[in-house]
Amino acid sequence: MARHRGRGMASVNYPIGMNLGGDPSQALIHSNPDGKFTVALSAIDLGQGMKQVTRQVAAETLGVPMEDVYVDTADSDTGPHDMGSFASRGTHRMGNAVIAAAREARGVLLEAAAEELEVNAGDLVTDGRGNIHVKGAPSRSITVKATAQAAQFKQGKTIAGRGIFLIPLSTVDPQTGEMNPNTAFAHASLVADVEVDDETGEVTVLKMASAYELGRAINPKMVEQQLVGGAWMGISHALYETPEPYYPDPSHGPRDFNEYLMPGPGDIAPYSITVLERPAPDGPFGGKGPGEMCANPVLPAIANAVYNAVGVRVNDLPITPEKILRGIKANGGARPQPRRGGG
Amino acid sequence: MAKVPVQFRLNGSDRAAFVAPADNLLTLLRRGLNEFGPKYGCGQGTCGTCTVLIDGELQLSCLTLAATCEGRHVETVSGMANGPTLHPIQQAFMEHFAAQCGFCTPGMLTAARALLEANPTPSREEVIDGISGNICRCTGYEAIIEAILAAARSGQVRRA
Ligand code: FES
Ligand code: FES
Repeated sequence: MARHRGRGMASVNYPIGMNLGGDPSQALIHSNPDGKFTVALSAIDLGQGMKQVTRQVAAETLGVPMEDVYVDTADSDTGPHDMGSFASRGTHRMGNAVIAAAREARGVLLEAAAEELEVNAGDLVTDGRGNIHVKGAPSRSITVKATAQAAQFKQGKTIAGRGIFLIPLSTVDPQTGEMNPNTAFAHASLVADVEVDDETGEVTVLKMASAYELGRAINPKMVEQQLVGGAWMGISHALYETPEPYYPDPSHGPRDFNEYLMPGPGDIAPYSITVLERPAPDGPFGGKGPGEMCANPVLPAIANAVYNAVGVRVNDLPITPEKILRGIKANGGARPQPRRGGG
Repeated sequence: MAKVPVQFRLNGSDRAAFVAPADNLLTLLRRGLNEFGPKYGCGQGTCGTCTVLIDGELQLSCLTLAATCEGRHVETVSGMANGPTLHPIQQAFMEHFAAQCGFCTPGMLTAARALLEANPTPSREEVIDGISGNICRCTGYEAIIEAILAAARSGQVRRA
């Protein structure tokens, strides 16, 4: 009886969003009389960072400090329409909608400032610190706050903008069956090293390494945060979790956390990540976003690593000790495969 | 069944309520006292997000009868910050991006506080042990472990 080491690899070509009816997202932005901006969205931030990313995108496009932007995702009944937070579409779709809304709002902001300064709106620039001034003449300036107040109480203007992102609907070519449902793909490769005990069937993930290409990382720490958390979920789906262990037979399904197995803080493996930034032409400031692909490559990489370790190909998830032991038995013993690569 | 009175300290202030003998502390805190720091996750002691300190000891409020808190001091995550000043562990969680959805965070912060107040210089294994009763669905735990180790290194968490 022995423990066998194995290495597996997987790569992903991951479509961002989907194209059912154009996959639209809307955003509305308006300024308050204190010169701060509210972005209204209907997609929900579940912790993935969408509020922070859209806040950065809005501030950058408006030309105001990030502290002066508030993103409100409170209510999909009263907010602008959105398809939702799924399909890894948040950064790309909502980010683009926010850019469109922020451009329109910025246009009104500069017009209102131009009226106060008695210049052409086209000659005005923002300094990103809450001021608007004439290009090349920083002393001829007005604050965003004073502009918002003038618009509200003197000029009778709403500094506001509407934005939508909609991708052209791609129909299926009747001759070739070809279609192009996506505008942006993200990519990743991941290597997993495991150890398989051929007596107990237990798999230990020793370490993982990955490279992710996801456009520009608009908030690099949050990208890392998603990649680490998603990889944990990938390990969990590969080796632990299932609501229906004997699918399609529903018996023995877990009913609560006592029975639903997940790896705990003691089961995590060292994980090194390289993020390659290749700004996407149609992404908000080049961003595509990580999302679901944080977990995706982990599953096949672990399945491949288990095969590499003991020669058992498990085709349904999760890869439980029981399935591995049955496979080893069917093969008449563990059959370690040739190992590639160093370390 | 007749309700019984219970008086205890909650994050330093005196509170009183009438509870049914079978009411648990989590229900009393959230429904009776509008203290929404501890979350309701599983209600059966398996997720840890309802974790509180009772007289300085780590307890699951969903498994604690409210009436048994008579005369004791219950501390929740809401009592960690001092006005606008975050507790050093909260600060470390923020700096290490140790929360995503935040649902586990009240329990994680409270468990980390109990750990560091008892053992200000824990090893990585002791940190893992300290949060092993708390489930996190989002972070993969690494950022939480790092945040707690950083808070310990800052030397700002005092022994209780
Ligand atoms: S709610 Fe108390 S442990 Fe889950
Ligand atoms: S941050 Fe979501 S459960 Fe821990």
